[in-house]
Amino acid sequence: MTFFSAKGISIEFGGIRAVDNVSFDVDKGSIYTIVGPNGAGKTTIFNIISRIYNLTSGKITFEDQDITHLPTHQVVSRGIARTFQNIELFDHATVLHNLLIGRHIHCKSGLLSDLFFLPSVKRMELEHRRRVEDVIDFLDLQHYRDQLIQNLPYGVRKIVELGRALCTDPKMVLLDEPASGLNVDETEDMAFWIDDIKKLLGITVIMVEHNMSLVSQVSDRVLAINYGKVLAEGSPREVQENPEVIKAYLGEEDVR
Amino acid sequence: MRFIFKTSYLQDIRLLKHNGYVFWYGLLLIAILLAPLLLDEFYIGEMAFIFIYAIAGLGLMIPVGFTGLPSLGHAAFMAIGAYTNAYLLSSGYSFLLSVALAGIISSLVGGLIAVPLKRMTGIYFAIATLAFAIIVEEIIVHWESVTGGLGGLAVDYPVILGFEMGETWQFYFICLIVLLLVLLGTLNLIRSPSGRAFIAIRDSEISAESMGINLSYYKIKSFAISGLFTGLAGALFAHRLAYLAPDAFNFLLSIQLLMMVVVGGLGTVHGAILGAIFVGLLPQAIAIAKDYLPPFIGEFPGLEPGLFGVILVLFIVFEPMGLYGRWIKFKLFLEMFPLYRKATFKRQKSYLKTERVQ
Ligand SMILES: Nc1ncnc2c1ncn2[C@@H]1O[C@H](COP(=O)(O)OP(=O)(O)OP(=O)(O)O)[C@@H](O)[C@H]1O
Ligand SMILES: [Mg+2]
Repeated sequence: MTFFSAKGISIEFGGIRAVDNVSFDVDKGSIYTIVGPNGAGKTTIFNIISRIYNLTSGKITFEDQDITHLPTHQVVSRGIARTFQNIELFDHATVLHNLLIGRHIHCKSGLLSDLFFLPSVKRMELEHRRRVEDVIDFLDLQHYRDQLIQNLPYGVRKIVELGRALCTDPKMVLLDEPASGLNVDETEDMAFWIDDIKKLLGITVIMVEHNMSLVSQVSDRVLAINYGKVLAEGSPREVQENPEVIKAYLGEEDVR
Repeated sequence: MRFIFKTSYLQDIRLLKHNGYVFWYGLLLIAILLAPLLLDEFYIGEMAFIFIYAIAGLGLMIPVGFTGLPSLGHAAFMAIGAYTNAYLLSSGYSFLLSVALAGIISSLVGGLIAVPLKRMTGIYFAIATLAFAIIVEEIIVHWESVTGGLGGLAVDYPVILGFEMGETWQFYFICLIVLLLVLLGTLNLIRSPSGRAFIAIRDSEISAESMGINLSYYKIKSFAISGLFTGLAGALFAHRLAYLAPDAFNFLLSIQLLMMVVVGGLGTVHGAILGAIFVGLLPQAIAIAKDYLPPFIGEFPGLEPGLFGVILVLFIVFEPMGLYGRWIKFKLFLEMFPLYRKATFKRQKSYLKTERVQ
């Protein structure tokens, strides 16, 4: 059984194939990284998996279940949570509030019981709060708990978004460029957390990342793509030494 | 400045965050309870009117301020509540049942109307709600057997448990009780999962959806609750008017309701209340101003709706956080007095959202 598998996924935007027949498998409890030059189609792959885009052809399975045509809002209840390249937090709400939204799929109350804030709702709220506090402790966010997102620096927002994904109790997280825009220290912290997510929490990670030292530090396997097509797949070292990959990156440098 | 030292998760769930709130809101409540003893009947009537506006304001705040669904048609829910109440009363239903049914029917209509609207956003959503309000107005004009059409419909006095509630102070307390219930419901909602989901949808639909929030379902919920509250306001409004005619529920009322939540402060409960006070006092202010204005301005036709529009635009441009936002800034200024920095509330853009997924 494969934990997660994408088979021949393709997507077209007005005749342009942004992702072209890409296949890959991810083992349970591993860190799988997708690399590639700008515009290669990495984010698009994430948007396909989280069902924001409808793929043109191909199939996606997770824990032996076909999730190719799942409604968008059901992906996370299957255990796949994600972050966004450009941070999609709820800006006018506090950190705590954002993390509690991460608990949404575990909130079972109905509209009427919410309107009266029945004791059962209160009990569940306290339970979710406890779970959120675990994540706050894990990511060292205590200091920011009651601050509005719009007042936080970029690096902290990145961590809050990671925290929100963890609050869903996922089996797998999709991290879109978790270290982009972070300084050296923050990137180092991020590397430790990603490693902890895998080792301590047992959560599988699929990640898109440009920072090659971070990639080789944490990844178990790496997939390199360009123009929506697979260039190479293997261990971080194998992929970095692959001539096709070197050409893709150097070619890009030449254009600049 | 006050620093709140938190020792329990319950503190974040409490409605009144600390004892200062308990004191000031307690004082306010006592003043409101004693008002009928101290004030002239005219003012009591006006205050009851402001309570009704506040109920409707909370009803509109839920979709507009919390869920981010701009509605230009909320006069329709006021109309549905008002006509349902008046019709049921004239058919012999008791007041309490009639008002409750008015709210429930308006809520059902709200939920139903949200079904075709759930995929629309922004200006398209606003126009669709406007169309809905126009349709409701047309139905009222033409469904004469129920609504009395253009001829209108008389509204009976409220009767509770055999007691006729014809006095102004009695109506004042009825409105106050409904307002307090609606206020409690709103506060409960925003501290519970449903309210959080609304706010999430407002701030980022894409993110809300990937956190497992079913957008259509919650937009329908938001409109159903809004219909309930606004319908209740409409039911009480019927008694205030005493005689219903379709033109009491035209586009101007929708704009007035919208002005209330924008001027008060979008996305806050205080905003709905402050907005209601503002809108309730505005006609008086205009009437007084008219005496001092040269007649060719004071008697200008359409002065009032024009003024509403101007106020709405001025607030959107210069004070987007509304009266409540202004109050918060003022409070902070006092608390930090010598240290206050003017730039505290400057909007800062620390990154660009260029590549947002559509
Ligand atoms: N909704 C869309 N409509 C049209 N074209 C799109 C859409 N989304 C992505 N694309 C195109 O697909 C290609 C891949 O984009 P994608 O965002 O996946 O790149 P990426 O690998 O994530 O790049 P980066 O490293 O810059 O984030 C780009 O050429 C982009 O213009
Ligand atoms: Mg990308």
